[in-house]
Amino acid sequence: MTAALPISLEVNGESVNANVLPRLNLADFLREHLKLTGTHVGCEHGVCGACTVRVNGEIVRSCLMLAVQTHGASVVTIEGLSDSGEIADLQAAFRDRNALQCGFCTPGMLIAAQDLLKQETEPNRERIREHLSGNYCRCTGYQAIIDAVETTALARMGRKP
Amino acid sequence: MKASAFSYARATSVANALELLAAYGDKAKVLSGGQSLMPAMNLRLISPELIVDIGEIAELRGIAVRGGVLSIGALTRHVDLLKSPEIASHAPLLTEAVAHVAHPAIRNRGTLGGSLAHADPASELPASMVALNATIVVRGQTGERRIAAGNFFTGIYETALSAQELLIAVEVPVAQKKSAYFFHEFARRHGDYAIAGLAAQAIVQGGLFTDLRMAYFAVGDRPILVKAAGKLINIGVTPAVLAEASATLGEELDPQEDQQASAAMRRHLAKILLARCASALLGRPDLIAGGPV
Repeated sequence: MTAALPISLEVNGESVNANVLPRLNLADFLREHLKLTGTHVGCEHGVCGACTVRVNGEIVRSCLMLAVQTHGASVVTIEGLSDSGEIADLQAAFRDRNALQCGFCTPGMLIAAQDLLKQETEPNRERIREHLSGNYCRCTGYQAIIDAVETTALARMGRKP
Repeated sequence: MKASAFSYARATSVANALELLAAYGDKAKVLSGGQSLMPAMNLRLISPELIVDIGEIAELRGIAVRGGVLSIGALTRHVDLLKSPEIASHAPLLTEAVAHVAHPAIRNRGTLGGSLAHADPASELPASMVALNATIVVRGQTGERRIAAGNFFTGIYETALSAQELLIAVEVPVAQKKSAYFFHEFARRHGDYAIAGLAAQAIVQGGLFTDLRMAYFAVGDRPILVKAAGKLINIGVTPAVLAEASATLGEELDPQEDQQASAAMRRHLAKILLARCASALLGRPDLIAGGPV
């Protein structure tokens, strides 16, 4: 049973069939097999949040999920989220507010922030902080990231920050 | 790091999972949400031969209330607990506690059964189950066992569950009238493991505790139901009474030292939690007015 197992899933709207070893995690499957390298691998034990992706509409750590567990699932990565235009305003706000420097954490930050903005239209700074508490950023000191998410929330409600 | 190679089986039913566990024993590990197991495997702290994935077993899901008992399936995820109206009305301590468990992306996968079977002494849900006097239901091929939460946790990552058994569900007595709860933890970052924490369930009548169960976490090798709580039951709680309970607490706890805190700091924080708990549940701001006791 250590042999490769067949899986069928949807990644960014396209159907994918693959044979994967049980030990392969979803992050490595996305990066190495599908060449979707926007999903970053930082700590590989669920602490840093850089590998955050959406599975069946919910954010998860792709380093803490086996590729075989995604059989039948729908996965959306930062590439899918970016290409669809769903977070174009959030990405622009990150640029405007200098909410990234090296960019390593940014895909995970964007996915986690969009997850909050889908659930709550008017999160305050404390809620934003709490929702992003599982995502490390070693450059910005977080203030600029909170600014960008807050600005986007206000703009989506038609209000100026 | 990456997990070492293992075999993988997707269990189709509880019976199927138990067959696999009976065959492989402690060479197998049960995969539920994977939010503790996967980090341990990625760090090569454990290298099981077989992973038994129970994630698709529908009979392990769901929250139901029957005859004064709230039954929660092992596969109930943290996010399900957090959003459940049944949990909020019948065991509000759990709603409060689970908000402190890790972060949204982890809560979307992590499960109640997984957290309890993993038995990290710093985690919130085991202590909450002890405070709530819950019963943990486990099943093996020879039958079912029902274990009081207070007897289930036996050490760091150790429980009464054998390698051939599966944690099926948890049964929590529904909150009575006049029952009150307290939950607080000290952590470096929201969602991190606690440095010291307290889950408490009480019955307060006429300004007195008629029952008080205080379960501490991160101050020992398992959740600790403290005897000091007994010093506050059926007595008018004065600062002197509280000081005596606090002294008892200091004596009965034997906290570990690690990178996060010394044993003395943990003991100090535990005493602060005791005072805050009594003050909050009795509606007596005067009990903490003089500062930490």
